[in-house]
Amino acid sequence: MTDPLSLTGAQAADAIKAGEISAAELFDFYRDRAAGDKLGIYLWVADSPGVASGTPLAGVPLAVKDLFCIEGVPSTAASRILEGYRPPYTATSVRRLVESGAAVLGKTNMDEFAMGSSNENSGYGPVRNPWDTDRVPGGSSGGSAAAVAAGVAPWAIGTDTGGSIRQPAALCGVVGLKPTYGTVSRYGMIAFASSLDQCGPLTRDVTDAALLYRHMIGRDTCDSTSLEHPESIALPTAEGLDGITFGVPPELTSDGIEAGVRDVFEQTLRRVEELGGNLEEVALPHSGHGLAAYYVLAPAEASANLARYDGVRYGSRAGNGDLVSMYEQTRHDGFGAEVKRRIMLGTYALSSGYYEAYYGRAQRVRTKIADDFRAAFERVDMILTPTSPTVAFRLGERTDDPLSMYMSDALTVPMSLAGIPAISIPGGLSDGLPVGVQIAAPAFGENRILDAAHALERAIGFEGVPRDG
Amino acid sequence: MADATAERRYEPVIGLEIHVQLRTRTKMFCGCALSFGEEPNTFTCPVCLGHPGTLPTANAEAVHFGLMIALAFGCEIAPRSIFHRKNYFYPDLPKGYQISQYDIPLARSGQLGDVRIHRVHLEEDAAKLVHAGASGRIHGAEASVVDFNRGGTPLVEIVTEPDLRSAADAGAWLRVLRATLRQLGVSDVNMEEGSLRCDANVSIRPAGEAIFGTKTELKNMNSFRFLERGIDAEIRRQEEIVGAGGEVEQETLHFDPVTGALSSLRSKEEAHDYRYFPEPDLVPLAPTPEMLESARAAIPELPVARAERFERDLRLSSQLARTLAFRGELGDYFEEALASDGALDAATLANWVTGELVARVGDSDPADSRVRPQALARLVELVSARTVSQSAAKEVLDVLAAEGGDPDAIVSERSLALAGADELGGIVDRAIAANERAVAELKGGKQKAIGAIVGAVMRETKGRADGGEVQRLIRERLGL
Repeated sequence: MTDPLSLTGAQAADAIKAGEISAAELFDFYRDRAAGDKLGIYLWVADSPGVASGTPLAGVPLAVKDLFCIEGVPSTAASRILEGYRPPYTATSVRRLVESGAAVLGKTNMDEFAMGSSNENSGYGPVRNPWDTDRVPGGSSGGSAAAVAAGVAPWAIGTDTGGSIRQPAALCGVVGLKPTYGTVSRYGMIAFASSLDQCGPLTRDVTDAALLYRHMIGRDTCDSTSLEHPESIALPTAEGLDGITFGVPPELTSDGIEAGVRDVFEQTLRRVEELGGNLEEVALPHSGHGLAAYYVLAPAEASANLARYDGVRYGSRAGNGDLVSMYEQTRHDGFGAEVKRRIMLGTYALSSGYYEAYYGRAQRVRTKIADDFRAAFERVDMILTPTSPTVAFRLGERTDDPLSMYMSDALTVPMSLAGIPAISIPGGLSDGLPVGVQIAAPAFGENRILDAAHALERAIGFEGVPRDG
Repeated sequence: MADATAERRYEPVIGLEIHVQLRTRTKMFCGCALSFGEEPNTFTCPVCLGHPGTLPTANAEAVHFGLMIALAFGCEIAPRSIFHRKNYFYPDLPKGYQISQYDIPLARSGQLGDVRIHRVHLEEDAAKLVHAGASGRIHGAEASVVDFNRGGTPLVEIVTEPDLRSAADAGAWLRVLRATLRQLGVSDVNMEEGSLRCDANVSIRPAGEAIFGTKTELKNMNSFRFLERGIDAEIRRQEEIVGAGGEVEQETLHFDPVTGALSSLRSKEEAHDYRYFPEPDLVPLAPTPEMLESARAAIPELPVARAERFERDLRLSSQLARTLAFRGELGDYFEEALASDGALDAATLANWVTGELVARVGDSDPADSRVRPQALARLVELVSARTVSQSAAKEVLDVLAAEGGDPDAIVSERSLALAGADELGGIVDRAIAANERAVAELKGGKQKAIGAIVGAVMRETKGRADGGEVQRLIRERLGL
C-alpha cells in the first residue's frame, strides 16, 4: 500500500480515484494522526468523513481553521467567548469544498479571532512549530500551517487579514495563498476585519494550493462583496520564468529583515534569473506606512465586528443578571488580552473627534498603497519579497511587546490593504528553520502567481517537511 | 391652550423625523419574511440574529420602495449611497450596530406639500424588548426578553427641514405623508402598530427672528393625538423657560401621554458617540437607470396631486377633494362610480361616498363591500331624477350594503319609487278636501298649517312623495 503520508492532497485524490487507497482508509489514517497530535494543532477532530464519492477532491481530508462556521460543529475562533458555540449553518467556502469532495478532518487552532502572528493568542493554548517545538508556528492560521507541516492533515484552509495565511506558511515551510479580495466568499468566516479578511489554502505544494483554490472561488449571493473570478483556475505546469519580470521593492526587502532570511531571498532572486525571469527594482513608496494604516483599519472594523459577543444570544454569558454587568463581565471573561487591546484601539480610532485623524487618514494611506502597486504593475508582472522578516521565533519571545509582534506582518500587510493576491512558498532554510518567499500579482492574477510559484518550487526543491508531528 | 401673548412673542419651529416600516416580502438584509404578531423568535435566521460569520445583503424590494418614496418627494437620488454601521450596545441590536446610512443617504432635497424633505435613507429596525415587572421599562424590570421577529425589518427614515410652525401643522402634514405613503403601497403606515413612527425636533424663537433657537427632540409619539399634544406641551415648556429669562437645553425628551409630562431621556453631554463608519460588508448602493425607471413607473397619482385634480376638474370643495384623495380607496371608488355615469354630478356623488357610504363601511375599503360603485352611481342618479326620495335612497343603500344587488330592483320590490305626477295630483286633491281647517288657516296666512296637508299626502303615499314637490302642488291648487 502507498504510504499516505508521502502523498500531497492532489496525489491522494488521484490515488483514491485509482483505487490505490480508499477515502475511508485515508480519513482514518489522518484522524488517528490528528487525535495523537501533541502540538496543540486541533481544537476539534471529526469522527467520520461523511462525503460523497466520485467528486474532484475524492474525500481527501481537510483541516479547517476554527474561524469557519460549520453547522453543528464547535466553531469558536479560538475564543473562550464562543466556547460551546455550534453554528446553525456552514460557511460557503467550506460548503463548496465539501461539495467538491473534501472531508472535514478537524478544526485547527489559531490566534483568537485571527488576531495575532504567533498563535499564542488562542484561548485554548498555543500551537508549536513542528520544526522546533519551542518556537511558534506563526499566526493567525498557525494550526492550519502546522497541520500541513507536521503531516497531521494533507492540506488545510485558513484566513488572511494582514498575513495570517502567508506568515505561518512561511514559518512552517508550507505553501499559503492569500487570494484576491472577494474571489472567495466570506460568508461563514467569523469576521475580524471585513474589508481585509480573505480565506485561502495552506498546502504542501503549489499544485495543491491551485486545486483547493479552484474549488473555493465564485460569487456568493450571501456575500455582497464577493466576485466571480474572471478566469478558471488551472493546475500550474510552468517550469521556467521566461519573459516574466519580477519587481523587487527595496521598501520590503531590506530594513528589518534578518540576515538568514535575506540570504534565502537572495538565493531565490538568483534562481529567478536562472529560470529566465528578469528582476527589476520597483518602488512601493507608501508601503512603509502599511502596518500603521492596518493597525487602525483592522481594529476599527474589529471593534464593530466583535460587538455581537454580548452574552445575549450564544456563547458564554457572565455577570450578575444586570444588563451592563452582563456585557462587561461576559466580554471581560471571554476575550483575551490582544482582542481587548484591538477593540480598544479600534473604538478609539472611530470616536467622534478622532475619526478623521485615524480612520480617515488610514483609508487614504490604503488608497496610496493600492496606487503604488498599480503603478508598479505597469512596469513588472509580479512582485517578489520575503514573506516574514524573521524565521519562527521562540514561544513567549514577543508576547510582552505587541509592536514587535505586529512587525511580523510588515511584508504581508501591504498586499492585504491593496486587496491583491500573494502566495508564500518555502524558499529554503536558515539555521534549520524555513524561510518563506512571497510572490504578489495584480488582482485576479492567481494563475500567473501559481505558475511562477510552481516553476520556482521545482527549482528550489524544498524538502524536509517534518512528518513526525 | 398656550398663552395668547406668548404665541405672539414666540414662533415655534418644528421638524420631523419619521421612520416607516416597509411592507416588503423579506427583511432588509436577510431572507426572513416580515412578521406581524406571530410567535416570538420564529421569523429569524443566522443573519438577523447576528450569528458569527454572517453577512448582510441589501433587499432589492426595499431599495425599490425607498426609491419610490424619494422620487415621490422629488428628491435627488445619490448615484452611490453608502451604508454605515451605527455602533451601540443594546439587547435589541443583535450585531451591536445598526446598518443605516449616514453622510451619503439614498436621497436628499425633496418636498411634500409645503414642507421640504431634508433626506431619505434606508436602515434596519431593531428587535423588540419585552420587560417583565411593574415598570414595563428596562429600568426596574425583573427580567427582559428579546423577540427578534421585528429585528431587521426594512425602515425608511424621512427627515424634514424645520418648516412646520405649530403642532396642528405637524399633525396635518404627517397625515398628508401617511396618505402619500399609503397610496404608494410601500407601508401599512399605522402609528399605533409602529409601522409609522415620528420624532419631533422643536425649538422656539422670537417672532420675526431668523436664527433658530436651541432644539429638543421628542421621541416616538405613537399617535397623531400624542404627537400634537407632545409638541404643544414642549412649545409651552420652552416658552415658560425663555419667558422666565432661562435658556432651553438641548436634550432628548420622552412625552408621557397619560400625564402629559415631558421627561428627559438624555442631555447633550450624554449623547451617544455612534462611531459611524462605512459598512465594509456591503457595496455602495448605485441605482441603475432601470431601477430608477421602474421606481418612477410604480408611483401612482399621489394624494396631493389627486386632491388638486378633484378640485380643479370636478369642482369639488377642498374638503371633499382631500377626504377622497387622502383615503385613496375612497378616491378610487368615487372615480369608478363617476366613470359609470357621465351625467352624474360629481359633488353629489362625492357627498354620498364620503357621507352615507363611509357611514356604512367604516374604515374598510368600500370596494370590498357589497355596494358596487355602479350601484351607488345609479342610486345617486335616482335621487337626482327625483325617482326616489333622500330617505328612501338611504333605505336602498342599507339593502345594498347588507345584500348587494341593483338599486332599481330594490326600489321596485319595496315600492320605494316616488309617486308619479298624476297619482300625486289626485292624492293632493283628496288631502285638500279632507283638511278644510288647515286649508283655511293656510289661506289666512298661517304658513305652518301646510304641514297637516303634506302629512296627509305622505301618509297616503307611505313616504313615496317628495316633500318639496307636494308643497308646490298644494300651493298651486290653492292659488297661493
